[in-house]
Amino acid sequence: MLLEYEGKHLLESAGIAIPDHKVAQTVDEVERFATELGGPVAVKAQVPAGGRGKAGGVVIAATVSEAIRAANDMLGSMLGEHRVDAVLVEQAVDIAEEWYLAATIDPATGEPILMESDRGGVEVEALTDDMRITRFDPADRPSPDANPQSTNPQSTKPQSTKPRSADLESSEAQRAAITNAVIDVFVHYEALLVEINPLVLTRSGHVVALDAKVELDESANHRRPDGEHWPNRSAGTEREKAAAELGLRLIELGGDIAILANGAGLTMATVDAVAHCGGRPANFLEIGGDAYTKAIPALELVLSLPGIRSLVVNFCGAFARCDVMTSGVIEAWKALTPSIPIHFAISGTGADEARQQVRNELGLEPYPTMEDAVRAAVNADDETANDARSKQ
Amino acid sequence: MILDRNATVLVHGITGKQATFWTEQMRAYGTNVIGGVNPKRAGEHHLELPVYGSATEAMADRASGTAIDASVFFVPANGARAAVDDALTAGVELLVVLTEFIPVHDTMAMARSAREAGARIIGPNTAGIVTPGECFVGFMPAFNPAVFTPGSVGVVSRSGSLGTLVSLELTRNGIGQSAFIGVGGDPVSGTSSAEAVQALVDHDATEAIVLLGEIGGVKEEQAAEIVATSTKPVVAYLAGAHAPPGKKMGHAGAIVSGNTGTYASKRKALQEAGAVVVDAPWQVPAAVAETTTAAS
Repeated sequence: MLLEYEGKHLLESAGIAIPDHKVAQTVDEVERFATELGGPVAVKAQVPAGGRGKAGGVVIAATVSEAIRAANDMLGSMLGEHRVDAVLVEQAVDIAEEWYLAATIDPATGEPILMESDRGGVEVEALTDDMRITRFDPADRPSPDANPQSTNPQSTKPQSTKPRSADLESSEAQRAAITNAVIDVFVHYEALLVEINPLVLTRSGHVVALDAKVELDESANHRRPDGEHWPNRSAGTEREKAAAELGLRLIELGGDIAILANGAGLTMATVDAVAHCGGRPANFLEIGGDAYTKAIPALELVLSLPGIRSLVVNFCGAFARCDVMTSGVIEAWKALTPSIPIHFAISGTGADEARQQVRNELGLEPYPTMEDAVRAAVNADDETANDARSKQ
Repeated sequence: MILDRNATVLVHGITGKQATFWTEQMRAYGTNVIGGVNPKRAGEHHLELPVYGSATEAMADRASGTAIDASVFFVPANGARAAVDDALTAGVELLVVLTEFIPVHDTMAMARSAREAGARIIGPNTAGIVTPGECFVGFMPAFNPAVFTPGSVGVVSRSGSLGTLVSLELTRNGIGQSAFIGVGGDPVSGTSSAEAVQALVDHDATEAIVLLGEIGGVKEEQAAEIVATSTKPVVAYLAGAHAPPGKKMGHAGAIVSGNTGTYASKRKALQEAGAVVVDAPWQVPAAVAETTTAAS
């Protein structure tokens, strides 16, 4: 998900009016920007997550000193799992009406839809009854070439709508133009979600995007115009980010049983199985496909998780071969010589070879089934750890 | 979407390393691969099969024989849409798209084109389809008798690895499979789990159905509507019960956002529809044995 100000720049480049604003990283900057903007301002934490209002990440400051106080509270603090490194200082607007507008993909049909409501500024879940949902066809939109847009806000001027000109269009006309612009952004930037909540009509008759929640499809990053301006901001812990840098999908879960498995479905099932057997899973880490070549950094990451007391390795060879994946883990295990017990469940393509590798190289016997390996990992205590060591 | 050994299959991207390996595996198992596509190698032969410049060319070459029943795609993400369009233009009606990381807007366009052409896409990001004892299309270990053995249980899965494990658990417990349909791990799929379950309900050789779902999206909730009308028993396992919200669990489609895609919602929908939902993959065989005993 993009930060609010990044999303707003995308909206602005498509001609959607947004309030005057500045992005501040220090309290000094907040003071300066609040003074420059004059009048009441909104100070908004820039983190890639929804529900900021409830979490205290949005403060309306009537005075500069209130803005400073809000910035002092927010900058450097944690909002959920995100540290607030920047705040948006934005001209507060006089709201006459609040609406909801979004373009997204219907999970039921896999088709693009427009979602509109005459209520806004509340959680989308609360709007179900008021929501108008219409399907649209991206193929009907003008091609990107015919409508060149840059994501660099410095190089673009607002197009089509003229929300700040003296001769204002009707709010209906402004709203219709914004709806079209939202679809344009959704299509051209290959978004999963472009949401304005709320879209507001100000008392002076302007229709303005007060918030922006834009989620782009990471699989399209390479071909998006100015793609490098929109970093993959996958939220997460330092370890999760380090894993992502290596092309590994790690998610920390806080428990003490570490997990390595191949394939998303099997890895999720292994996490669940640890919990089902009374253990506390420490992580999700998928090491299938080409990731077996990254066994050493993968194992290092997992072993660095705090309080790990055992590891379960669950491989079921389909496309990825067990022997190839297992040899990677064995190499890593030998290189790192961890002191916790390791429990292998190996099945599917290449399983016989892989089991033999574990016997030959580690002097351990793989468990006959996933259930056996998971239960052993959950029940592992110092004694079994010692047993596992003594076999080597 | 359930093929037999007579079905003719065209392999897009046949000259690549993975495609070469899996084409050999498919043919050794009994899949009737009739050729491949690679515009840069048109006119050549690969694995003693003709390489065509396009699916249309391949179809023209087949005019005197049987048509092409299915296309399977071993092509990179940035070439997937063009390759799929090629197969649709040629009139292929079943397209198995293995490729992961296809941009979602491409998948939406592909799905729309397929609908307009009256064709079916399975995937993207699927490990493929298997009819044990007959043929397979994709990269499932159909040839491994420890995993797949002919029988009467149809398996639908969003995951290749989990689908393999559960098929193996069934085989280990003496339960064979009638068909495996991998619908894929992406948020937008050409074939929904519901459509795959429906295909198994309509499949004479299938007596019971195993549905392997996961968190994210509404595929399982949709499948539950078919389960409710099914005359065949359904056993389901859902992965992701302990996944934290807002995290993408490996698959692009496996994410709980807001109230959508939760484990609880899926479990409830399937249970209310009459499916037996088990807590661990290894509980599937016993649950299948129980439901089929009860049914007969």
